Amino acid sequence: MPDQTAIHSLLRQTIPALETYKELFSDDNTIRPDWQTFFSSLHQLGYKELQNRTIDILRLLKENGVAYNIYNDPSGQSRPWELDPIPQLIAANEWETINAGLVQRAELFNLLLKDIYGPQTLIKNGVIPQELIYLHPGFIRSCVNIKLPSSQHLTLYAADMARGNDGRLWIISDRTQAPSGSGYALENRFAMSSVLPELFSSLNVKRLSPYFDSLQHALTSMAPHNTDNPRIVILTPGPDNETYFEHSYLAAYLGLTLVQGNDLMVKDNYVWLKTIDGLEKVDVILRRVDDIYCDPLELKSDSLLGVPGLVQAVRKGNVAIANPLGSSIVENPGFVPFLPAVAKHFFDKELIMPTIATWWCGQPTEMKYVVENLKKLVVRKIFRNVAGVRSTVDGASLSAKQSEELIRQIKANPYLYTGQEKINFSPIPSWLDGKLQAAHSLFRGFLVSHSDSYVTMPGGLTRTTKESSFIISNQLGGISKDTWVLASGDEDEQPVHLQLASDISPGKIHKRSLPSHTAENLFWVGRYTERVINNARLQRTVMQHILKNNKPFTNEGSEIILLRAATQCTYTFPGFFEENDAVKTRELYTNPWKELTDILYNEKRNGSLSYNLTLLKTAVYGVRNFWAQDTWRVLLQMEEEWNAAKASPHTDHLRMISTMDALNTSMFAFLGMNRESVRREQGWNIMDMGRKLEQSLYIIGLLQSVFQNKQEEQVEHELLESVMIASQSLITYRYTYRDHLQLPLVLELLMLDNNYPKSLAYLIKKIKRYVSDLPKEGKELPLSAHQRFIQEADSLLKLADANTLAQYDKTSKEYVQLNKFLDKLYSLLSDTAMLVSKTYFKHSQTQKQLFTANLI
Amino acid sequence: MLYSVEHTTRYQYHEQVSLCHNIAALAPRDTDKQICKAFKLIITPSPEILEEYVDFYGNKLYYFVIEQEHEALTVTVKSQIERINKEAPASYPKQSWENVRDLIQASAGEFIEERQFIHPTEITVAIPGIKKYAEQSFVTGKSMFDAVIDLINRIHTDFTFTTGFTTTSTPLSVVMKEKKGVCQDFAHLAISCMHAMGLPARYVSGYIETLPPEGKEKLAGVDASHAWLSVFIPGAGWVDFDPTNNKIPDEQYITVGWGRDYFDIVPLKGVIMSSSRHELSVSVDVKRVEE
Repeated sequence: MPDQTAIHSLLRQTIPALETYKELFSDDNTIRPDWQTFFSSLHQLGYKELQNRTIDILRLLKENGVAYNIYNDPSGQSRPWELDPIPQLIAANEWETINAGLVQRAELFNLLLKDIYGPQTLIKNGVIPQELIYLHPGFIRSCVNIKLPSSQHLTLYAADMARGNDGRLWIISDRTQAPSGSGYALENRFAMSSVLPELFSSLNVKRLSPYFDSLQHALTSMAPHNTDNPRIVILTPGPDNETYFEHSYLAAYLGLTLVQGNDLMVKDNYVWLKTIDGLEKVDVILRRVDDIYCDPLELKSDSLLGVPGLVQAVRKGNVAIANPLGSSIVENPGFVPFLPAVAKHFFDKELIMPTIATWWCGQPTEMKYVVENLKKLVVRKIFRNVAGVRSTVDGASLSAKQSEELIRQIKANPYLYTGQEKINFSPIPSWLDGKLQAAHSLFRGFLVSHSDSYVTMPGGLTRTTKESSFIISNQLGGISKDTWVLASGDEDEQPVHLQLASDISPGKIHKRSLPSHTAENLFWVGRYTERVINNARLQRTVMQHILKNNKPFTNEGSEIILLRAATQCTYTFPGFFEENDAVKTRELYTNPWKELTDILYNEKRNGSLSYNLTLLKTAVYGVRNFWAQDTWRVLLQMEEEWNAAKASPHTDHLRMISTMDALNTSMFAFLGMNRESVRREQGWNIMDMGRKLEQSLYIIGLLQSVFQNKQEEQVEHELLESVMIASQSLITYRYTYRDHLQLPLVLELLMLDNNYPKSLAYLIKKIKRYVSDLPKEGKELPLSAHQRFIQEADSLLKLADANTLAQYDKTSKEYVQLNKFLDKLYSLLSDTAMLVSKTYFKHSQTQKQLFTANLI
Repeated sequence: MLYSVEHTTRYQYHEQVSLCHNIAALAPRDTDKQICKAFKLIITPSPEILEEYVDFYGNKLYYFVIEQEHEALTVTVKSQIERINKEAPASYPKQSWENVRDLIQASAGEFIEERQFIHPTEITVAIPGIKKYAEQSFVTGKSMFDAVIDLINRIHTDFTFTTGFTTTSTPLSVVMKEKKGVCQDFAHLAISCMHAMGLPARYVSGYIETLPPEGKEKLAGVDASHAWLSVFIPGAGWVDFDPTNNKIPDEQYITVGWGRDYFDIVPLKGVIMSSSRHELSVSVDVKRVEE
């Protein structure tokens, strides 16, 4: 074991020696015992190994899809989550104080919230200025005097803290709207305990799961009705939200349903979830949508993220929301100067934890101070950013002109501004760029209501930055750390394998119907999967054909027909149908590679392969908790390979072709993974129905575009061969018919063969079964409309004859029968798809405002 | 004087709508100048849910939901209002507007109700030039009452009443620039001027009785919703002013309710689940009831 001197000197070298620095060293200049223990373990592991493990951690987090910001943004802005392997340590005795301070603060904010939306005694007694509340955009007047059933109005509370040079943790800001980060804290712990279990062994690290058990309990006990088995949903703004990962992660971990506003509706003063089985009552909403966006009827009228009538359902006491609508009023830095008085008023006690010094500009003296000391202060609005406008500014970072403008704004609306002291954060040891360095950290603690008080997560989310910047948030960058709260000696050991265990009883989780939104996403996952596979195959076939027949094009050749088929099947018109300009047309056919490359890689072009891959990713991400962990690895790898191919020069055509092979190999791995891990229930049926529909439409489209007219023998042979390659049926054909390629047999195999999984007959039979398995609404006719359409398609195929279909008109050379038949099938299938969407994906209805205006 | 008001709003949709949530702020509230003696709300089709509640400002609101397929929605209110003909006071308190401003702003806990109406909302937010415009009426030492009278007189003179030029969401900057609008714009403008001077003012929604030209029958349905503002004058309470007609509302004015601006007291608003277009028609009749 390395002695203290070695560790001491290492830390002294890397961490700036500050006079006041308290994080690592005791007053007598010895390393604090917890850090000493931790670094001993680290020495044993070795720093080289630590770096290897750090890479493992990043890989693991990436595979789990832990991203902050927009995962599926086509411009690739998704940023992987970074985790520093050196945790933040909080000693047992210090935690006692922090815990007591945070619980006190949560209790205080709960009383403050109840008073603001109730009797307003604080305003009446002059404890808090009225403007601090009435001018805050989070003060929702419709929620005043609504009686909430639970005694704890504030369910969730989070606080950002930083250690000052005096060694104490100071509260920097409060979160009461919809505190985020607890899921990331859990994921960090998961990654650390999987990759670096050794480091846990010598320290008694408290588990995080009791916090989540309390959260589960708090949500369950909020339910106004149906208290035995309440339906609890997490309301998310959707996959574009920066913390969507966390919403879906928590939904999966807590066994809750993840929903967006349009998955819900208010009817009969209750909130309902639209599922493909009909409406299901919702009892509790864990809200991750800002409150003013939650009801377009009573709150922000142009919001598409909410549920019309939600405020009324709350008013009638038929749904509970955590945190309640209106809760963001409390995350208001303007309250800070008044908090001691509020604590006196409610508890007759002092605040346990210190808050960073704050001046509210709504008072003349304070405003004067802020304006005169702008350079030394951080200016924060009393509410957080609205629509991307920053609410916090470092006075020192402003130019003279900018300061002047800010002062003008403060003077125009003094009530909306505060000035806050900048404190120097004490640096802590971090592992950055492969070496030990000092970094500044911000720690977010989480609390949830429990009986008449609050429970604190024994841990939290620590974020660090190398700059001593006061603003660290996920949006602005930053690396996270796991946070280890250490148990005191007399508490039980917490073995590492129990770090993630939860006490939530499995008996509580019941089978639930599929929300219609989930169903729609699965349907499109199925469709886009097939679209990518089929288009990749067709584009590959065409490219290979062009490469092989390296000869000048003639109008009678198979090349032009195939190029046009590529345009038609991918819907990338005009593409190879450019007909108005003879020069352009000739150029297009002399060098088709420009267009062929474009419909592969140009992600901005509708119908290109890249475009469809993005849509697939969006659909997959939209139901992210549906997939097994391995699925993400496959998708991630596929994306990396595709991006690499996209970025490399597109001159090596053979290489482009092999890229597509690799793509389809990954796609089949994705499909295989799903086949292995997805339960054969509604969800699977709907996804597979989407696949089969898409595949049928592809086969029809391919035949339509290639066999419009009878061609010369050689050309027709080339076309038949290409179609068989593009549908990957050549081997089957040879094995089945042991004959040369001819149209009637090709049609027999691709359309009418009941036992061939790629034939229309087989696919449509499957679709028919899925459609008839869909839940039916009560008073339907024996067959619903979509059932009738698919039935008709099925019957048409049963009666068809390949030889008849393969006949062509002797004068026009057109395959009249085949074309008519395919047209009919196409419209029956698209009508089926449309009706299924309309009947089962009801959330897609749009909402519209009605206003009156007739005034004199 | 007893008045009857009949106010019908009709939405005609272009396709079936299966769900429609609404809030109606159409029930006249009791004040010291009026008593609502009868009120009837007739909704077709008949709503599955109808709830009455009181909003933050004390207005009586109705929340209703149509849960059946429908192609048209008609909302009719029939109310009878006893207008108490209070003699206008011979004189209003002579307190200067600066005194009023300082009195309210220095208060802590006494003027909660009034103080909330000092600050602009999104629609009454101070636009460049508004304070300058207001200052011409709010000269040093002038009484609060005289200053407001001067302000609404100037608005009446400087602005042209034009229907159809503005909508409910036209910002004041446009109204100020083009110098035209309807009652709602003028009420918002006057309120914004009051706020610019640090004074409390609120938006009042209601009706006004119109009289036909002499010798002619009054046509049915020609009245309309009207809006004006109310200003707090210590000693006199909330005093109404109508910049559109340049007068202090008399017994021809019927109050429905009030808020900070139009959006706090929209007569009828709703959200439908449909992308269908719709046509709106409104008719209002304000009549004197012979006793």
